[in-house]
Amino acid sequence: MGLNTPEIELLGIAPEIALVVGALFILIVDAIIGEGGNKWHLWILSTIALGVSIFLAVQAWGSNELQMGDMIAVDGFAAFVKITLAVFALLTVWLSRSYLHRDGIEESEFYGLLLFAVAGMMLMASAADLIMVFLALETFSLALYVLVGFRRTSLTGQESAMKYFLLGAFSSTFLLLGIAFVYGAIGSTQMYGSSAAGAGAQGIATALVSLPAGEFTLLVIATGLLVVGLGFKVAAVPFHMWTPDAYQGAPSPVTGFMAAATKLAGFAALIRLLDAILFPLRGDWRPLVIGIAVLTMVVGSVLAVVQEDLKRLLAYSSIAHAGFVFTGIIASNDRGVSGSLFYLATYGITVLGAFAVIAVLGGRDERRTTVDDFRGLFYESPLLAGALTLFLLSLAGVPATVGFVGKLVVFGAAVEAGYSWLVVVGVLASAVAAFFYLKVLVVMYMQERQEGAEPATSGYGGLATGVIGLAALATVALGLYWSPLIDFAERATFFFSAGG
Amino acid sequence: MTEVSPGYFLALAGLLFTIGVVGVLVRRNAIVIFMFIELMLNAVNLFFVTFARMQGNLQGQVLVFFVLVVAAAEVVVGLALILLIARRRASLDVDKVRLLKW
Repeated sequence: MGLNTPEIELLGIAPEIALVVGALFILIVDAIIGEGGNKWHLWILSTIALGVSIFLAVQAWGSNELQMGDMIAVDGFAAFVKITLAVFALLTVWLSRSYLHRDGIEESEFYGLLLFAVAGMMLMASAADLIMVFLALETFSLALYVLVGFRRTSLTGQESAMKYFLLGAFSSTFLLLGIAFVYGAIGSTQMYGSSAAGAGAQGIATALVSLPAGEFTLLVIATGLLVVGLGFKVAAVPFHMWTPDAYQGAPSPVTGFMAAATKLAGFAALIRLLDAILFPLRGDWRPLVIGIAVLTMVVGSVLAVVQEDLKRLLAYSSIAHAGFVFTGIIASNDRGVSGSLFYLATYGITVLGAFAVIAVLGGRDERRTTVDDFRGLFYESPLLAGALTLFLLSLAGVPATVGFVGKLVVFGAAVEAGYSWLVVVGVLASAVAAFFYLKVLVVMYMQERQEGAEPATSGYGGLATGVIGLAALATVALGLYWSPLIDFAERATFFFSAGG
Repeated sequence: MTEVSPGYFLALAGLLFTIGVVGVLVRRNAIVIFMFIELMLNAVNLFFVTFARMQGNLQGQVLVFFVLVVAAAEVVVGLALILLIARRRASLDVDKVRLLKW
């Protein structure tokens, strides 16, 4: 057997390398500088690492090839996801700085783990081999398990970390079983057939062409298991049980990051798998995914209505939003893919803004996160109340906010593909969802502040305010002038394909 | 020596995986649940090795190493999280750990 050493081209994974190097650098610098000081270097270094990463991700824009022994796909899709992930991470870093500083738990490990997690998510977006998907998923999951439990003296924080860990590890075994079945079916875990390694190296895409029909049974079972494993990460019903607990117990910046970035990474792998690689099998996976989409939209919206805790409420709302993204995936046309990307990018910004407001208002140790705690917020802090209003309206999909445009795009794609009834379900679910967003607004504007309640805002930095301002600006600006981002998303639908 | 049909190995791996799933769903101690998850991972390893034999290439055996490393990393993080809870509470029963609704 000849040994082919793969050609090493680093441009494809340069953004990830920048993040990992940055994370290690942060850990070492902090060890040298030691305790004391107000640790401003941590967020500056993280910002630099993320900036370099964005720069490198932009460099890869326009290329369309497989690298690293066909393990990494460098294409427009991956570039879009990587840039978006880095932007989410930037907002999270700035918000975390204020949050951690106020709570007195600012450690270099937080920033290091955050950067490691982003690196894993980026790999997820460009993985062209199923084992790469698994490794990337575990990379960011392991970092997130620790980040969720970062308030380590808090009982709720510990509890949500343990639940997230147990269910996350449980779900990734299903993903792994799916990968094993794919290997059993075609003798390889490659997504695309190999062009370089010579004959005999086939991938899912080439196997679907060459295998006779009727030999796909194992591959179909494997697809189901892969959808289950990734469905856990994007919080799709019926694999959503961990979401409310993990979201409630995690530090608010981490919750926002999970809602925005984990979902994007999970969906990136799902979109590449379902809409690009397994497109020929769509007759087989569509019924399963449609079932998941309907359940996710309905259950997420309905259960959110009865929530008392605002973080829990947004957790259920994030479940419902995962369902809306699924409608774009089911459409599996170009508009569906670009619509899903647009939706995930804009939802991420909005939800990060919402959790930023909660992080600021929650106070030390997140004592005040129930809906009741926000009673009469408008009279005390009109700007924060206004920002939260904007984010909630955008999540509800009110026109003139970006949430409306996002829904329009994914639903439009589903109608185009002939799934009008799915859109009807989606619109009904949004109507239910509007109810609980409005409930929060009513509490904020129309009810009196409780006697003797502590002041809403206490000791948060200017960085957190900046994050809220940026997110609010993006929510309105993209809601009124959305075409640049949609164009960008449309040009990102070019997956690597063997034909070029 | 007689050749053992790979079907037996697949059946064994499937059985181990099923035992793992049932164990996770039935048992209530966090450590025991975690042990069942490890059992599921090793069942998948057996799948990989058996399929590698059937397919006649080595890729499946290589993948097992990746899975082993990830499982080890998971143990590090997972046991640390569980230990943190065990220090603060008397029991590791996941039904009793419910400040948050499960």
